[in-house]
Amino acid sequence: MEPEAHGPELVHQFSDVQQQKNAASLGMWLFLVTEIMFFGGMFCAYLIYRLTYFNAFAAGSQQLNIWLGATNTAVLIVSSVTVVLAVKAAEVGKRKLLVGYLVVTVLLGLTFLVIKGFEYKEKFEKHHVPGATFNFTEKFDDNGKQIPVNSKEAELFFSLYFVMTGMHALHMIIGCGLFGTLAVLAWKGHYTPGYFTPIENGGLYWHLVDIIWIYLFPLLYLISRHS
Amino acid sequence: MSEHEEHKEHEEHASHSLGFYILIGIILLVLTVTTAGVAFVNLGPFNPVVALLIATIKATLVVLFFMHVKGASEKLTGAVVVSGFFFLSILLTLSLADYLTRAWR
Repeated sequence: MEPEAHGPELVHQFSDVQQQKNAASLGMWLFLVTEIMFFGGMFCAYLIYRLTYFNAFAAGSQQLNIWLGATNTAVLIVSSVTVVLAVKAAEVGKRKLLVGYLVVTVLLGLTFLVIKGFEYKEKFEKHHVPGATFNFTEKFDDNGKQIPVNSKEAELFFSLYFVMTGMHALHMIIGCGLFGTLAVLAWKGHYTPGYFTPIENGGLYWHLVDIIWIYLFPLLYLISRHS
Repeated sequence: MSEHEEHKEHEEHASHSLGFYILIGIILLVLTVTTAGVAFVNLGPFNPVVALLIATIKATLVVLFFMHVKGASEKLTGAVVVSGFFFLSILLTLSLADYLTRAWR
């Protein structure tokens, strides 16, 4: 009962709407910092092994499909634009436009996952998935020089590739579910110019997942491509 | 009431026009094409440097303009964002300071 005394969008422990918004945004950013640390650990492992086994990492990277990777980067960037436009639509209370942007975002997220799926399929076919069937005979093409690499070291590259892109893909799946839910709630009219915090915070999550991919793309796909 | 006006001003700062967001999106796409293209040019040891520099420019654009850190009404949010990257840099620098100097003995 009590929150209603302050209007539907303001909960009673906050003195005004702006303070409530700031608190929600701060909490979301704290969560995002934990996400940065989570992925940071994997990036750290990647850096150390890349420096230690550079030739194997370069040979592994040369086996990835750079065009699918670049396309996926573009897909995520466009989805980040639709997310920011969704937040803007929510801010001015254009309900149908908001739902439209949210749906397009989910579709772009699914496009990313489908392309990723095709990449994974290729890895399975080439036996580049770490495990009992792993087989890596490709050489590191260093400006025409064919340098043989240790298959165990290449397996380490693909382990990191699958863990990092896999954790990223899991975040994308969660993001698609989140934005699908937001789209349904937005359609039902849950969000008004006075209250659209879930859209804003969902957007922050989506952008962070985009940023992680912005780093994954050059680190995984672009090692020693000039040859 | 002056406090209220201040908040309003910040809110206007946080949200940009449709054209602005599309412009940032186009810059990000151009940088993506650039980073993929530059990877095929032999820059010696500078290939990863350029790739990471472009990635950082892209990430900064997203954080500042899409995540609305630039123009955020709460300085505390900015401090949390910076602290996140600060702790990440501690993780990376100290780990690499160990691994990169092991061969020095």
